[in-house]
Amino acid sequence: MPLPEAVRHAWYVARKDLRVEVRARTGILSALAFVILVLLAFNFSRDPTAVPAIDLAPSILWVTLTFASMLALNRAFQLELENQAFDGLLLAPISRTSIYLGKLIANLIFVATIELLGVPLLALFFNVRILPFLGPLVATIALATIGFVAVGTLFSAMTVRTRFAELLLPVLLLPFMIPPLMWAAWATGPLLAGRPLSDIVGWLKMLAAYDIVFVGVALVLFPATVNE
Amino acid sequence: MKMIRVGRWITAIALVLLAGVYVRALVYTPVERSQGLAQKIFYLHVPAAIWAETAMVLVGLASIFYLFLKDPRLDRFAESSAEAGAVFAAVVLTTGPIWGKPIWGTWWSWDARLTLTLFLFLLYVGYLLLRGAVADPGARARYAAVLGICGMVLVPFVHLSVYMFRTLHPMPIVLKPSAPSLPPSMLATWLFSLLVFTLLYVGFVVQRYALSYLREQLEAATGGIGHA
Repeated sequence: MPLPEAVRHAWYVARKDLRVEVRARTGILSALAFVILVLLAFNFSRDPTAVPAIDLAPSILWVTLTFASMLALNRAFQLELENQAFDGLLLAPISRTSIYLGKLIANLIFVATIELLGVPLLALFFNVRILPFLGPLVATIALATIGFVAVGTLFSAMTVRTRFAELLLPVLLLPFMIPPLMWAAWATGPLLAGRPLSDIVGWLKMLAAYDIVFVGVALVLFPATVNE
Repeated sequence: MKMIRVGRWITAIALVLLAGVYVRALVYTPVERSQGLAQKIFYLHVPAAIWAETAMVLVGLASIFYLFLKDPRLDRFAESSAEAGAVFAAVVLTTGPIWGKPIWGTWWSWDARLTLTLFLFLLYVGYLLLRGAVADPGARARYAAVLGICGMVLVPFVHLSVYMFRTLHPMPIVLKPSAPSLPPSMLATWLFSLLVFTLLYVGFVVQRYALSYLREQLEAATGGIGHA
């Protein structure tokens, strides 16, 4: 299949998911409420006189984003279970790769929306200056998110049709999330502390390598998760 | 069944030889100057670590070939290798802290390599859990293959991070680009131990493979109730 065609089909799949999301709004609202609650939990579980917020900010940011994206990923194929919608999607005259790509795009937009709302809230609640470092911070978050979501979309396609889907996905996914999580957190620390960009370029490169490898692997493997 | 008996014999021989490794390590190998007796644990720790990781690579390779050939023998091998790998990862995670207490002064350190071995272990656990959560044998094999390949792809990232992080963990002594930097008698003990662990791995996998085969026969005979 020519590439533009596959991408166009992927966009149709993504648009369908996003339209469902926009009309229902339950997913995004509950994810947002979840982010706020996690941030609150962090606030009350730290001693503000002992640990300055700036030292804790990278951990708070990445733990929150990890759990929030997990929430989003569990949702990705859950929608398709109702009324056997997924069978319909598989019957559509588009390649399996396009389905994956579409799901990936929809999940990325969903998680990006959560991040778009969550990161300013973090800055607000914990009084962290992010504006001077906005560019590199967005790059770090974007690179890490692509890695999470690429693997997560692949895994959720499998776990959704197993017993204990909600529990199995985090158990399978977290070992894959931890390496990019570490690199991202270690890039965010120096970044928010105002260190030069050259300090974090190595981590960003690792994140980019991880993204390229796992998006590629997932594109190749996804058909194996849906072939009946 | 013949195969299970062969596996038992190999394992039994390996266990006897393992006792030989202890004798050789304790009696015929010099005590390392800076670490003292604690260093002896390397003769178990490092070969186990090598097989914990190699088993993952073999799971991944078997998974790749399974997706192409759809040969159930490959799937059975991947399952067996994953279980053996989980055992070796558990050995690494147990012997590591025993060495860490006298040398690092702490049972556990969030050292990159240690952490990632823990994740390797969790990867195996996830893999085995996923297998347990899918009832349909065809889907089980395909899902497991997808996860196995992803796991194999994660291992190089694990290795890369060993060299990128500042770490307390000893750098590789034997498996490195330059010649091994340890006395010949230590190297001999270590190679002997590596051989024994290889035998153990083979013994475990052969037994486990035979067991999978028997279980599949049972499943086929009883109509899928025999799954455990």
